[in-house]
Amino acid sequence: MSTRLANGGRFLDRARALEFRFNGKRLTGYEGDTLASALLANDQMLVGRSFKYHRPRGIVASGAEEPNALVGMGEGGRFEPNQRTTTTELFDGLTCASQNHWPSLDFDVGAINTKLGRFLPAGFYYKMFIHPRPFWKHVYEPFIRKSAGLGKAPTERDVDTYEHFYAHVDVLVVGGGVAGLLAARSAGQSGATVLLIEQTPQWGGRAPVDGGAVDGKPVDKFVEEVTAELDAMPNVTMRSRTMGAGVYDHGYALGYERVADHRPGAAGPRHRLWRIRAGRIITATGAIERPLSFAGNDIPGVMLASAVRDFAVNYGVSVGDRTVVVTNNDDAYRTAIILKEQGLDVPVILDARVLPQDSALMAEAKALGIRVMMGHAISSVKGGKRVTGVEICSQAGEGAVLETVDCDAVAMSGGWSPVVHLWSHCGGKLTWDEAQACFRPDVDNPPTGADGEGFVIPAGAANGALRLGDVLADAHAAGAAAARAMGAERKTSDAPQAEAQDEAPMAPVWMMPNGAGYKKRAKAWLDYQNDVKVSDVRLAAQEGYQSVEHAKRYTTLGMATDQGKLSNINGLAILSDALNQPIPQTGTTTFRPPYTPISLASIAGEARAERFQPLRRTPMYDWHAEHGAYWEPVGQWRRPYCYRKPGESIEDAVQREVKATRESLGLLDASTLGKLMVKGPDAGKFLDMLYTNMMSSLKPGRCRYGLMCNENGFLIDDGVVARIDEDTFLCHTTTGGAESIHGHMEEWLQTEWWDWDVYVANLTEQYAQIGLVGPKAREVLAALTASDVSAEALPFMAWTDITLGGMQARIYRISFSGELSYEIAVKASEGRALWDLLLATGDAHGVTPYGTEALHIMRAEKGFIMIGDETDGTVIPQDLGLNWAISKKKEDYLGKRAQARSHMTDPNRWKLVGLETTDGSTLPDGAYISAEGENANGQRNVQGRVTSTYHSPTLGKGIAMALVLHGPDRMGEVVEVPHIGGKITKAKIVDPVFFDKDGEKQNV
Amino acid sequence: MSDAASALPGAEFSGIVKVREAGLQGMITLRGDLADATLKKAVAKAGGQDMPGQRKANMDEQGGVAWMSPDELLILTPYDEVEARIGDLAKALAKQPHMAVNVSDARALFELSGEGARVREVIAKLCPVDMSADAFGPGDFRRTRMAQVPAAFWMSDEGTLRIVCFRSVAQYAFDLLRGAAAKGGAVDYF
Repeated sequence: MSTRLANGGRFLDRARALEFRFNGKRLTGYEGDTLASALLANDQMLVGRSFKYHRPRGIVASGAEEPNALVGMGEGGRFEPNQRTTTTELFDGLTCASQNHWPSLDFDVGAINTKLGRFLPAGFYYKMFIHPRPFWKHVYEPFIRKSAGLGKAPTERDVDTYEHFYAHVDVLVVGGGVAGLLAARSAGQSGATVLLIEQTPQWGGRAPVDGGAVDGKPVDKFVEEVTAELDAMPNVTMRSRTMGAGVYDHGYALGYERVADHRPGAAGPRHRLWRIRAGRIITATGAIERPLSFAGNDIPGVMLASAVRDFAVNYGVSVGDRTVVVTNNDDAYRTAIILKEQGLDVPVILDARVLPQDSALMAEAKALGIRVMMGHAISSVKGGKRVTGVEICSQAGEGAVLETVDCDAVAMSGGWSPVVHLWSHCGGKLTWDEAQACFRPDVDNPPTGADGEGFVIPAGAANGALRLGDVLADAHAAGAAAARAMGAERKTSDAPQAEAQDEAPMAPVWMMPNGAGYKKRAKAWLDYQNDVKVSDVRLAAQEGYQSVEHAKRYTTLGMATDQGKLSNINGLAILSDALNQPIPQTGTTTFRPPYTPISLASIAGEARAERFQPLRRTPMYDWHAEHGAYWEPVGQWRRPYCYRKPGESIEDAVQREVKATRESLGLLDASTLGKLMVKGPDAGKFLDMLYTNMMSSLKPGRCRYGLMCNENGFLIDDGVVARIDEDTFLCHTTTGGAESIHGHMEEWLQTEWWDWDVYVANLTEQYAQIGLVGPKAREVLAALTASDVSAEALPFMAWTDITLGGMQARIYRISFSGELSYEIAVKASEGRALWDLLLATGDAHGVTPYGTEALHIMRAEKGFIMIGDETDGTVIPQDLGLNWAISKKKEDYLGKRAQARSHMTDPNRWKLVGLETTDGSTLPDGAYISAEGENANGQRNVQGRVTSTYHSPTLGKGIAMALVLHGPDRMGEVVEVPHIGGKITKAKIVDPVFFDKDGEKQNV
Repeated sequence: MSDAASALPGAEFSGIVKVREAGLQGMITLRGDLADATLKKAVAKAGGQDMPGQRKANMDEQGGVAWMSPDELLILTPYDEVEARIGDLAKALAKQPHMAVNVSDARALFELSGEGARVREVIAKLCPVDMSADAFGPGDFRRTRMAQVPAAFWMSDEGTLRIVCFRSVAQYAFDLLRGAAAKGGAVDYF
């Protein structure tokens, strides 16, 4: 059984006991524990179930590579699934629950799958669920979705906050083990600015556990000194609990800081995503130990040898009283020695190698009285929910049992794989290291930056330097090299020297025993989380999967939340063996960020709730909100769709607003309309190119409606242009077009007509603009100003500057409603004051603020087009009968040539007409006008579509605008408009101007 | 003038730094040939400060001049004096192509004040700008983005930073700054 030892645990503060709950059970641990070490200290060996077979799963590792021990953490607004217990710091009151089982962790019905394992081989889902086809959607998928997945999704809104942080440094060092510390030190001493990040709360990595001495001092003492030294350097910043999540182009990297995971509820953000721009990135990310593939290697109690000694040294936890060590290298002997020194029993070390003489570590183990069996292996592990013993065989044979040894833990080591993830994220290549049987960075092929130089430098174990002495030298050099590349070349201290024992070479062992048959291979796990076994990978190879990427997807090897940190190398070695090719030829799958999963909320950062996206408000926004505004999003603006009186429906409000405006006086907040100032001697020439009609001939003081097309001839915007003076025009754009048309203008000025003297400024937000609309508009205006605003002084399509209630105002006499109408612009800061003034003055006439829907209806009654309704990016002005607004005199304008293309001049293009339903009803939005027969796809032929449709309160019936084949030639013809569901409405083709065709109302 | 209101009059928040809406500020967008001697002189008169270099701003309490792009400046003046200054610019630059427009009311202005390192952190949470003292300090100017909106800022002194954004997003900008300045959010980086 696993338990807390009386001594040891260098991370623990035994004076501070912490209480936590696992599956409702109350347990205790110490300050400094991880959740994993605390669970083990309470003999909680079984911590979850696997994905496919629901096999019992125990903790197998001690760090970020852990595949099994994932739990649902927290409750309510702080619940989060799939949290790795080995990287979760214990805190008082922690609550967690195991995953992927029903009804309970101990008794799981789904475990029946393991008995069916023979029938659930690699690719089972693909083979089984393809026939019959309709079953996938309605039977298989719902079933699989129900049984799949590890953790449960949270059901409540996250109560924490998250943020980003931008940092710019010369050198980013990822990993705070001895390699990272030393690289940071030499880079810092050279004079570079350095950011050193470490995913755990502690500095020093695993060197203090593995032992050895540096410059004559024990390695943990050395770590302490270097940490203090770095802490004192003003150009070096150290962040623990911050994982290097990803490396991207041009020295961009993401750091994932878990600010408050260990103290939930503390003020401040829970996670902080560091967005780092670094000149050079040093990956001192260490190495991960590989499991060995033997039958029963997934039974709780089978653990990586390094993890067994981490738990003993760092947390004072023994995984078992009797631990069998099985290895292909010297490093695992350290585990045996440490356990023995702790007073625990190591019945036997099974070493798959056969060596001519003992190495120092082997001799040390033997001197402690540990039995060492060279050339031996595990035939199979005995036990169910925990290990009870191992059966020993020869590594060379097929697994005939020579001896059975009782034990409650197995420490396995298949060698070490450098963590090359961050090196590889941005394209760093790998090379196969034959001697250490691992991939390590191919330093001649690094990911390159804008200068063509490599910008990632691997250091220490991450660079394949697995011995302490090599680590120190490599990391020291890496730091100096990174700093030098950034122009920092001050003298550094000398690289420290290590004293470490010589180690005998490791021997690659990919299957244990070497000649294991199918039965053993089908119990030898590669991927613990996704339940992929040696037999599955061999089957994939047998079925023709040669590419490692294909085999991965077919078997799901390495596709779980741990992304195959333990399984990938073992899996591709098995694949290579089955394909009878060398490992480097098989290659690895692609390493993609993030290194371990990071919270989605950290990626969103501040962008949630009221900060989810910017919401643009006009100066009158608050008034609208206080007066029943029903909002319509228009781009990022919020505009009132209508203002509802208490108890009033949206439809009723809209109808009321239209009627009141037509009969007396309406008020519209038109501030969102784009206002682009175009100024310069060439401004007229410029606008002649941008608009289809002539703008240069416009007189100062006058306005003209204009259409703007892109170079393909399609209509992109419209609006009223006012000429301010000889050199200056103010171009009104649609609300949504303000920024894009500004960009459009700048693009043409900067790329094509850079020699024209024209400047453009976006003044949209400088002005609040209010439409004063209706028969009483002039009366109200005249009451507020001493200036002459009579029809003679300010005729239709003119503008003037006046003082209005003490405010400087510009009045445009333009109309989008067909009524007598003024658009009044004042400084945005005075917008609310003008709005209040117009309301007060208009009160005598029952002034009625109206929203965008009333605006739409009134313009439709007048047959005015709306960009985005009558246009959709495929419509040209000629389709809309706007030929009058296209200059025949101009030599050129944007779109002119495109509009001369044969397709654009095709008489069969659908053209704008009005539609009037024969029964007075309102047509559905976006409906088609049907034609006889069906097309090749069996769909009804169409001959047009509705672009705008409303109930007109003015006319008391449904009106619509539509693009119809030969429409203008078919006046009076009745067409059919089918609804969704099959109902058909008949509509008569009419002139699109439904109301006051002669403009008598607006021209008063 | 009494009716003129800034975007969020009186908005204030106190966390790791103090955030406040700084009221109405006269602002002129000037576009033209920044290398031209006449323009330089006119700018110095309008903004009370010399022409700044690239990504720089020359500012004092009364106003100043900030570099916006190779052909654009932002001139700050007291709010009530904008029209007069534009008139002066128009007169001085009558003979050359240029544009000088009032953008005072199109903008919102915020001020962060407090410990310099904290002020820098609040910005570094929202803007992709190197806010280390080596890279940015009084006299520097950045035109960038703040989360999802355009913004520009400068430091008047080590403990005071002013940010300009569009008026319509003033509430969003204030919410951003308020969030970034929330208690417990110190990064301890700068």
